[in-house]
Amino acid sequence: MSTSLRNNQAVLLAGSAAILLLAGTALAFYWVPNAPLEGFRQRIFYYHVPIALTSYACFGWAAWKALRLLWTREQRYDLESYTAVHMGVIFGILTLVTGSIWARTSWGHWWVWGSRQLVLFLVLFLFYAAYFMLRYSVDPGPRRANLSAVYALFGVALIPVSFLAIRLAADLVHPVVFSHDVGNKLTASQFTTFLVCLAGMLTLAGTLYRNELTGKRVDARLRELREALE
Amino acid sequence: MSSAEKYATAAYLVVLAVVLLYVVLYAFKLARLEREVAELAELAQRRRAA
Repeated sequence: MSTSLRNNQAVLLAGSAAILLLAGTALAFYWVPNAPLEGFRQRIFYYHVPIALTSYACFGWAAWKALRLLWTREQRYDLESYTAVHMGVIFGILTLVTGSIWARTSWGHWWVWGSRQLVLFLVLFLFYAAYFMLRYSVDPGPRRANLSAVYALFGVALIPVSFLAIRLAADLVHPVVFSHDVGNKLTASQFTTFLVCLAGMLTLAGTLYRNELTGKRVDARLRELREALE
Repeated sequence: MSSAEKYATAAYLVVLAVVLLYVVLYAFKLARLEREVAELAELAQRRRAA
């Protein structure tokens, strides 16, 4: 692929992310009516849930790249998997922060240890935060790539547990977003806004992933070049 | 502005702040890469001259 085409794609991706997120924010604040039970604070959901789903997508992408590495032994997948975990952790921090803000306004507390959904997401986040400790405790090379890939693959098992925890949990503290229950069902405007914000977050994650990966590749090549020249 | 409005706005602003912080950090990284490219170009030039 030519450099100019790649640059155009990067600009297109970044522009789409900005437009979708601006549109999603405008829809959330000016189009969607207040939710009957949650009121105005329900608007946090239009960012919080897409951010959480995006972090799951990043961790899933990291696991896919890790699997590719273990399958093909091509070292480029190591950097791709690492970058996806990096993005997942950033979106994980945002999930915890926006969730805490919602918890404060809804429950009156920044964090509730009794909610299994919150604790499970924190466990998932800490698991991936520990990925960096593992990665940087091993010297660069195939051994580090394999260990990191196996770790990223193990972590993906936590995603369905964390995702389904709202339904499995008996605490009934954390709201269920998608439900057949008539009282909890999203209206057309709420669902449309949610989808626009989800598309925006996924595109933002794609943009950041692409930029970060390019930066890390350039960094690695410069290091090789320096070693060759010195 | 009600308390719910303040918290909802804060949640959106936090996301914006984190994205902006990321852009700033990335700008520093790009500046470092640019500096390294310049150093390597100089090194390559010196080697060619020698």
